[in-house]
Amino acid sequence: MTVGATTVDADQTFLAEIRRIADEVAGPNAADVDRLARFPVEAVAALREQRALSAFVPTELGGDGVSFEALAEACLELGRRCSAAAMIFAMHQIQVVTLVRHLEPGGFFEPYLRELAQEQRLIASVTSEVGTGGDMSRSIAAVTPAGDGRSTIEKQAPTVSYGAHADDLLTTVRSSPDSRDGDQVLVLTHADQTTLEPKGTWDPLGMRGTCSPGFVVRAEFGDEQVLGTPYSRVGPETMVPVSHVLWSHLWLGIATDAFDRARAFVRAAAKAKPGEDVPAAQQLSHLHSQLTLLRAEVCSGLAEYVAAWDDRERLSTLRMVLRFNNLKIAASEQAPRICQEAMGVCGIVGFKNDSPYSIGRQLRDAMSAVLMVANERLHKTNASLLLIAKDV
Amino acid sequence: MTDDVRKILQDHARLPADPGMLDPHADLYEAGMTSHASVNVMLALEDHFDLEFPDEMLKPSVFASIAAITEAVEQLRSAQAAA
Repeated sequence: MTVGATTVDADQTFLAEIRRIADEVAGPNAADVDRLARFPVEAVAALREQRALSAFVPTELGGDGVSFEALAEACLELGRRCSAAAMIFAMHQIQVVTLVRHLEPGGFFEPYLRELAQEQRLIASVTSEVGTGGDMSRSIAAVTPAGDGRSTIEKQAPTVSYGAHADDLLTTVRSSPDSRDGDQVLVLTHADQTTLEPKGTWDPLGMRGTCSPGFVVRAEFGDEQVLGTPYSRVGPETMVPVSHVLWSHLWLGIATDAFDRARAFVRAAAKAKPGEDVPAAQQLSHLHSQLTLLRAEVCSGLAEYVAAWDDRERLSTLRMVLRFNNLKIAASEQAPRICQEAMGVCGIVGFKNDSPYSIGRQLRDAMSAVLMVANERLHKTNASLLLIAKDV
Repeated sequence: MTDDVRKILQDHARLPADPGMLDPHADLYEAGMTSHASVNVMLALEDHFDLEFPDEMLKPSVFASIAAITEAVEQLRSAQAAA
């Protein structure tokens, strides 16, 4: 079963282009993007040129109507060549899938999606907030009425990935200044309605090209730019599971790249001394079984989400919340483990930055996975749900 | 039974308002019940009424109001009685 797809052809054409962009554009620039901690301009320009930013937008709104599975596969393919480009692509698509799945006829968001397709607009998200302890289901910032059908927001964001490079921002905030902290909505604001006051610098260990410093985000906008469905539904039905599925695919991509490099190293060693045992070959086999485990979890996470795609009530059950939290936890722990073991296979040439078997960037990038939505935060939620969920 | 439900909410839902005064159809999440508190409510309901909510019932809508909770408990009890 595929969801959201109009034709299988659309998926195949899309994925062929994504693979080409990954190989010819994202990959060749990945080292430079990483070294300079710069936005992957070339890859994003190529994605725009192929209209990949609107790939999931339905054809009747000017997009290409590719399936959700194809998006996930695209994250994997990009992740094999440039983690930062893959993460930017994934995060943008999370916002698009959210807007498409919670689209109400008429209103602001239908014409907005047409514009997104026409202009290949890039959406960044502002979900984390200083003072909430990493809990995305609570906000401090609030939609504050400014009169004449307009409102303002001001949010202290500890990190906004590619915020300064986005055309639009999707921000979680309380629905009004009097609302409790869990009464959240999503607001879409354009760059020209928004100011980003930088807070701090951006010189991280990995995922350097995502350019994710902190900002104070301020915006003034029309009330119609608030998504009608509350975040308490958008989160479990779409935003959380889609994030965990797409992220886990790109982490699988990074781990696959690390494995491929280790395999290339072992093959080269085997060719150099035909007939002799390559000690690292057996280590590579261990690594392969680890990669297989990761792949199985990532694939089954996608399959379970797709199977529940239209059953939104089921996606809200505690069992499903547990399922997709566990996907994130498992994939984010397994991907850096694979990268590290791949480095062990390659030895010193894997440790060096200037060798074809270098795995430093992959390892550093994969290490971000456990931090983006901290795993301990998810464990805390899961621990509570396990008290009551039955068939988990 | 509604009184029992109200008592359990009083003890476990950690609402700023008194559950005894709440409209049966008032949204408990809007009244301030967190998802963490809702798990404690579910546990207390299972314990008090000696039943188990199956996974398909463990979702926010089933525990969103006093009326919804009462209906869910009644549904499970009549299913148990029929079994």
